[in-house]
Amino acid sequence: MTDQSTFRAALSDPGMPVPPTLTDGTGRPAGRRFAVYRNNVAVSLTEALIDGFPACYMVLGDDQFRGMAAVYLRAHPPESPLMARFGMALPAFLDAAPQVARMRWIGDLARLELALRDSYHAADADALTPAMLSAIPPEDLGDTRFALAQSLRLIRSDWPVWSIWQRTRDTEAPQATPGAQDVVILRPGYDPAPHLLSTGDAEFIDALAQGSPLSTAAEAACAVAPDHDPTAILTLLMQSNALIQAPGGPR
Amino acid sequence: MKTNKALVLTAFAAAVSATAAAVPASAADNVKCFGVSMAGKNDCAAGPGTTCAGTSKVDYQGNAWTLVQDGTCESAEPVLADGTKVMLPEGKMGSLSELDRDLPMEG
Repeated sequence: MTDQSTFRAALSDPGMPVPPTLTDGTGRPAGRRFAVYRNNVAVSLTEALIDGFPACYMVLGDDQFRGMAAVYLRAHPPESPLMARFGMALPAFLDAAPQVARMRWIGDLARLELALRDSYHAADADALTPAMLSAIPPEDLGDTRFALAQSLRLIRSDWPVWSIWQRTRDTEAPQATPGAQDVVILRPGYDPAPHLLSTGDAEFIDALAQGSPLSTAAEAACAVAPDHDPTAILTLLMQSNALIQAPGGPR
Repeated sequence: MKTNKALVLTAFAAAVSATAAAVPASAADNVKCFGVSMAGKNDCAAGPGTTCAGTSKVDYQGNAWTLVQDGTCESAEPVLADGTKVMLPEGKMGSLSELDRDLPMEG
């Protein structure tokens, strides 16, 4: 018998010998069969990363992405049998990878792609309808707390990550110009979509997410953008079914 | 912070009416339409290991779907959930069920 840890270690490291006790039906060493299996594991995990990070794949190109994936899948083998959970550590891995150091934004691009996937798998939420929202008495509005849909994800990047992502989807999209971008991912129905935020919007969302009432969220936005008008971000959140009832909130 | 309070009230009211007025592009008004997606562009952000992750390999693949507005699928010009019109090539139409045309080659 070959114990599982020896088998597993040899599976992901081509430098390790084939487990010596691994034999075929007639007792001969099963080295070539093991090599096929070893190759299948690496290829399928690489394909999973390509499926999960199409934008990163596009900017890195096939050769560089596969080279990177070969290192990643050995450093971070799947922690869950659900392949949809594979690749969680890729953003931090890319941040630190010397080979992609000239693309300092690529970790954030991977974060954006992962957040889209995460949002897709998040639980559904019952959004507050316009009728419910307009039923809140104006005098209570400032003190009203909202919860946010579980599918909402906020990405704050020092790089123009939304513009870079757009360019990978649409070659006609404008070139990214340097500068930080905040992005919110919202899922009005089945499909998540990223939206570019204005200065102050991320602070506004963050405050709501922490359970602050509406007026506190507006103040948090004004602290970084004195002229912040919450109309646009509120409209986006409402239209994307992202505002839900806080415990003890409006009903 | 009186101004702030007024601003929040106005903003909230404006956002509610904009939301109520908008024709919701919600999933309920869209249907799955087969045979209209471009290769690799079918809708699904589910990620690896799922049956739908960018799985259309050829344009207008008959067994790959994308969401389109209800009532526009079975035509030569389906309208995507975001309002974009798709112009299918001569003789092709979308379908509410899987098609056996334009399937990728085996292997």
